[in-house]
Parts: sequence; structure tokens; C-alpha cells
Amino acid sequence: MSAIYILWLRELKRYTRSRVQLLASLGQPLLYLLVLGFGLGPVFQRAGQGNYLQFVAPGVIGMTVLFSSIFSGLGLLWDRQFGFLKETLVAPVPRLQIMIGRTLGGAMVAVLQGLLVTVVCVIAGFRPVHLINVPLALGFMLLIATVFAGLGVAVGSSLQDMQGFQLIMNFMVMPIFFLSGALFPLDGLPKVLKAATMVDPLSYGIDGMRSVLLGTPPGHYGAATDCEVLLAVALLFIVIGAWRFSKIEI
Amino acid sequence: MIRVQNLVKKFGAVTAVNDVSFEVAEGEIFAFLGPNGAGKTTTIKMLTTLLKPTSGAIELDGLNPEVKQNEVRRRFGIVFQDPSLDGDLTAEENMEIHGVLYHVPHKARRQRTEALLKQFELWDRRKDQVKKFSGGMKRRLEIARGFLHTPKILFLDEPTLGLDPQSRNQLWTHVKKVNEAEKVTVFLTTHYMDEADRVAHRVGVIDHGKLVAQGTPQQIKEQTKTETLEEAFLALTGSTIRDESAGSADQMRQFAKMWQGGRR
Repeated sequence: MSAIYILWLRELKRYTRSRVQLLASLGQPLLYLLVLGFGLGPVFQRAGQGNYLQFVAPGVIGMTVLFSSIFSGLGLLWDRQFGFLKETLVAPVPRLQIMIGRTLGGAMVAVLQGLLVTVVCVIAGFRPVHLINVPLALGFMLLIATVFAGLGVAVGSSLQDMQGFQLIMNFMVMPIFFLSGALFPLDGLPKVLKAATMVDPLSYGIDGMRSVLLGTPPGHYGAATDCEVLLAVALLFIVIGAWRFSKIEI
Repeated sequence: MIRVQNLVKKFGAVTAVNDVSFEVAEGEIFAFLGPNGAGKTTTIKMLTTLLKPTSGAIELDGLNPEVKQNEVRRRFGIVFQDPSLDGDLTAEENMEIHGVLYHVPHKARRQRTEALLKQFELWDRRKDQVKKFSGGMKRRLEIARGFLHTPKILFLDEPTLGLDPQSRNQLWTHVKKVNEAEKVTVFLTTHYMDEADRVAHRVGVIDHGKLVAQGTPQQIKEQTKTETLEEAFLALTGSTIRDESAGSADQMRQFAKMWQGGRR
């Protein structure tokens, strides 16, 4: 247990220390929030869907958590040749504990980053309809973070070097984001797109956050379904991640 | 302390380590020498549970690393060819994580951290982030860290690569001191023959995966009728240059260098 804790703590310390990175990672969410939020606002309003900034804020928060958690998992790639990974792999600690410490640490960092963006959203004019539900939204952030930290570790353990990074970015991370309904409502989509959004775990996370924060009950899938799907996928990805991590040879 | 018998490691059709046998006694400093790609690092990886041998037997302190993985891991410390510190953390925090991972009790961890950091002249900088350290300081910290859990064996894989003569000199002085004080067995690889000659009690020369000579530096020199260990080494391994194809690790290394502005 102490091994899990110390590796979790390590991720947290690294996060709080890299202030520049912290600021830089706010850039993209800000662009989506401000430019899309205010840019598409009038069109959205005319289509009778209400305030776009309100709609897109949970999506931007979800995006932040997605990026942050998946990158923490992929950080393995870097650690693998040049850093700390070897030190942990020769330690007399089961690999499962190392993987779990890392994943939970990465998830924690992603949630913190999500909270930071939530604050930015509120400053920009986002108002949760049900303040009392904010802890529930936090729960959804944690679920999203765990799902994608697990996925990141699974992918990071399977790749040999950074060459695959661009591939992962363009064919995994960006599609997960764009197909999640972070930027558009999931109702009335063409069949193919609808099917794609249904297999994207992030769409359940963002739908969950939207339904608890905006009170659009029952949301698209319903908060309970969202929660169940995310729990199942988190478990699945952690198992796959643990299995891939146990196979690493250096 | 280390016993290796008929060790073989094959990667597909390539035989990286071919029927190697040697023994290292307790408290001894053993230098494992060989040109690039001779099989040094592969051997260290097998000794330290990171790779499984194709065939042959390994015993560390009487234990088989393949079977008693965690018990073997408690018994050795290792300094890798590439740095394995966390640059964002301080020297003290790097030591702390190591101590926790190796189940060193809290009190012993603090006492030993203090003693080792003082001995390796890093105590004043313990609260600084490791990324601000020079190459020599990082190396010293890694070695100090390797000693933290009082291992019986310390593996050093080219620890002086890229260091200036002063740092190299100082590093070996420290290693020798701890070797004498704590009776730690040291297994090292290096490309600097003068270092091996000065530091090691015994050396083994490996080439193309085969152990071509072993003995004290003096014996090796006599055997090859040469004056220095470097000449002996060249006599044993020939003077052809081994061009290793650059693997992904080398590419990453270059990339990392570019990225860090050549800080290490």
C-alpha cells in the first residue's frame, strides 16, 4: 500500500511543481470555451437550444480531464527510456501496485486540472443550475480520469517509443474528444455518428456532468447509466492496463 | 555472491549472451568489460530480474532471480546506464521514494539518507530539484540511492559515461569507500580501462556474447603480454569498430539531449 501511496504522491508533486505546464495546459480549454462558447452562442440560441456557453462548459471540463489523464498514462513512454520507470520496475514491489499508484496519481492530477478549468468556466460566465450537485460532477470527473488514465497506461505500455505519439493523438485522443458530444448535442445525429458516440466512453462522462450540473434530466443517457458505463469501462481499462504493464520489458 | 553458469540469451536469431560462466565473491569489485554490443547490459538485465535467460543458471546470494524475484530485488541496488532519477523531485524525495519502494523503515530511511547524502557530498543540495544537478551530481545521487536499502550487491552499468575526470575520480573513491565500509559486492561495466584497472579486484572480458578472459587485471595483462589493461583489452577483442545500429533508445536519447539543451 505504501508503494501505491508514494507513487500517487509523486504524480501530485510533479503536477504542482510544473507551473508553466499548468498554465500552458489551460490554453486549449480556454480557446474552446471562449471562442466556441461565444462564437457559436448566437447560432445555438437561434436553433432553440439555449445558452451555448452553459452547454459547452461541461464538455470543455471533460476534455481537460481526458487530455490530462491520457497524457499522464502516456508519460510512461518517456519514463521508460529515460527515467524513473526502471527504478520502479526493479524495486521489490508487485508491478500491479506500481501501475495502480501511477494510474490513481494521474487520475488525481486530471481531476485537479478539471477543477481549475471549472473555475475558469465559472469566471467566463458558466453557472451550474444545481450547485448542490457539484460533488456529483466531481465524481464524474474522477470516473473520466480513471478511465483514461487506465487507457493511457495500457497504450503507453504497448508502445516502444515516442514515434507512435502523433498517431495516438490523431487517431485516438482527438476522436475520443470530438465524438463525445462535448461540443454538440447528441440528439438527432445521423446513424453512423450516433453509433460512434455511443462507443465513446467520454460521451457518458460529459453527459453525466451535463445532467448533474445543468439539470437537463434525464440527460441523453441518464446520469445513472452514465455512471454504470464509466465504472465498467474504468475497470476494463485498468485490467488491460495492468496486463500490458506487467508485460513491459526494458 | 554472484554465480553464473552457462548463461545464454537469444533474441530471435541473435545470440546476445553465449554460454557465459563466472563467479563474483562477497565484497569483491568485479568489472565486466567489453566493446559496444558485446552483451554487458543484457547480462546485467538478466542478473537484475529485468530479462529472463534463454538457458543457464544464475544465483544471487544463493537465490535464483527468476523464482525469488522480490527477494533478489531487495538484495541488490542498481545504477542504470541512463539516468533513472525523477528530475522534478528533490534529491531527498528521490531517496524517500526509493526507501518506501524497498520497505526501509521510516527511521532507518531518514538516518541512512542523511548519512549517504553527506558521504556523497549532496546533503547541502538535498532540497534542490534533481534537474538542476550536474551530470556528476546526478550519478552520485543514483549511487547513494542504490546503497539506501543496504544491498549486498551493487550493479553499476557504465556509471561514468559522460563525466569529466574529476567527477569520475570522485565517484570511484566513493564507491570504493562504501565497498570497504559495508562489504558490498560491486559489479560494474565501463569503457574506461584505466578505471577498471584501478578499481576492480577482478575483471571479465566479454566479446560477441562470449567471455574471452577473466582474472585480476594483473593476470589479464600477463596473459596477453601487455603493459596496460587497455592494450590487453584490444589484444583480446581486436580493434575492429562495432557499429551498433541505432535503436529506438538511442534515438530517444538524442531527442532527450536536444530537449534538455544538453544538460546531461
